[in-house]
Amino acid sequence: MSKISGVRKFVRLNGAAYMFLAPWLLGFFVLTVYPMVYSLWLGFTNYDFTQPDSTQWIGFANYLKMFGPMFGLSEFTASTGEVIRADPYYLKSLSVTFTYVFVSVPLKLIFALAVAMLMNQKLRGVSFYRAVYYIPTLLGGSVAIAVLWRKLFEKEGLVNAVLGAIGFTDLPGWITNPKYALGTLILLTVWQFGSSMIIFLAGLKQIPEEYYEAASVDGASKARQFFAITIPLLSPVILFNLVIQLISAFQAFTQAYIIGGGKGGVLNSTLFYSLHLYLQGWTYHEMGYASAMAWVLLLIIGVFTVIVFRTSDLWVSYGTGE
Amino acid sequence: MGPVNNMKTRTAVRLTLTHLFIIALGLLMVYPILWMIVSSFKPNNMIFSDPGLIPKAVTIVNYITGWKGYAGVSFGKFFANSLLMCTGAVIGNLIACTMAAYAFGRLKFAGKKFWFAVMMATLMLPGHVTIVPRYILFNTFGWVGSYLPIIVPKFLATDAFFVFLLVQFMRSLPKELEEAAIIDGCGTVGVFLRIIVPLATPALVTTALFTFLWTWDDFFNHLLYLTNPQIFSVSRALRTFVGDAGAVSNWGGALAMSVLSMIPPFILFFSLQKYFVKGITTTGIKG
Repeated sequence: MSKISGVRKFVRLNGAAYMFLAPWLLGFFVLTVYPMVYSLWLGFTNYDFTQPDSTQWIGFANYLKMFGPMFGLSEFTASTGEVIRADPYYLKSLSVTFTYVFVSVPLKLIFALAVAMLMNQKLRGVSFYRAVYYIPTLLGGSVAIAVLWRKLFEKEGLVNAVLGAIGFTDLPGWITNPKYALGTLILLTVWQFGSSMIIFLAGLKQIPEEYYEAASVDGASKARQFFAITIPLLSPVILFNLVIQLISAFQAFTQAYIIGGGKGGVLNSTLFYSLHLYLQGWTYHEMGYASAMAWVLLLIIGVFTVIVFRTSDLWVSYGTGE
Repeated sequence: MGPVNNMKTRTAVRLTLTHLFIIALGLLMVYPILWMIVSSFKPNNMIFSDPGLIPKAVTIVNYITGWKGYAGVSFGKFFANSLLMCTGAVIGNLIACTMAAYAFGRLKFAGKKFWFAVMMATLMLPGHVTIVPRYILFNTFGWVGSYLPIIVPKFLATDAFFVFLLVQFMRSLPKELEEAAIIDGCGTVGVFLRIIVPLATPALVTTALFTFLWTWDDFFNHLLYLTNPQIFSVSRALRTFVGDAGAVSNWGGALAMSVLSMIPPFILFFSLQKYFVKGITTTGIKG
């Protein structure tokens, strides 16, 4: 009896809230929890999309396939007796992605902060300027811009036309040269600094002007003011931008896909992690392997997020910014 | 007076220089896009020979050849498809995310802290860990080759970003109106529909705006699920201009259709700018 009335009481007190939460809860279980558990399992199988019935448990073989080449392993026998070839491109995709993330994210944030500081003055028309600087971010993630980028950085493209006009000779095809291809993608990402800029600008506006006035009275230089006032007071915002940008950079896909023509570019120089995962899962139907790759990516992003948060005690101050 | 005047002039000069610098840098930033627009009106053989912004010859032939589309399906159809899909996604997010946000932002219930923490955790979750099983799941439903895999998740509030954005907004609404409505005999549903939804309009506009843009610009999901040219979105169709080896056969058409594809985001951005800034600063929206 009391159990039933307990349930009734729970429903009466919480029923309405859970009704409102129902779509989200359903989505959470069906489209997040179940897929996560399922993909964890898939990662230990040789699931092939075209023949799901022959799926077998292969233990850590998918993970060995990824990291085997690190130890000079090119093929090995799985527990099923099947001979599996190690993935010769996995480590390449990892290094391409790390290079991309660790170059593009700091550059983007530095650039965004510089522009935000430039605009954080008593200027007329700041909202118009802000809008113009946001345009690349608004459009930059689209296929349209990726197509444009391919064109701009071709051997016969606009960039070389401009560089040629100011006297440079022997210009490479930036996209077809494996030395520069990743650089063009990094540039494309840094160009989309608009969101970070807007967040920095909002953060800068929170810093009271009196701090700077007091500092200049004390004779502190602009550089000193930047490092002693701006950076510490802005540090929570920097942390926020850093985490957001890190997570999204690790998952970059569209631009590399279009610019590489659906592949990893010349000598896989732009084989982003997501792109490699897509090719494994959907072009080669190795969905078990793709799932294992996804879990490694989750771990990598998790580790870096934790590192950033843990070390943030050292450089982020939640002092009185108001 | 002398030094003060001197300082005033110095400030004025500095401000002018700042303006000029911002304008110059801004031009450099948007130059590729301006060039793209101008080049889409140049004859195919002249697109790359001149980097300037003033075309030597103007033609709309690129728009005509580009509009023909892919596999006999025109860009008119692709635009209609994208609009339909975006509308579905917007409706889904508005309903489901607002409902979830109301529960998190305004109601008291057992387990609220826990579920809210779970929701925030999904914000950081990279989509990759769910993508393979979701694909397999949607495939068993027979949904691959339709808009359902893109629209249905929106009706289940899978975009935690918007739930968060709406929660932030709803928390800031005054409690009194709600209390008055309850005294007047409004139930939870009544309060939601009559008080919270109307008051949350700015946040709802932001949600609709970003949902539209992200669905419009998304490519990965379109690549996975829109498998037949009849249902291609604009971004999926643009990809057909780029060959598998990365070669492009009709650059003029590709640029022309790319320009057209940017018009809806552009109009939305400039007409609803303040909602953009609001959305970005409250949630740090990616990009």
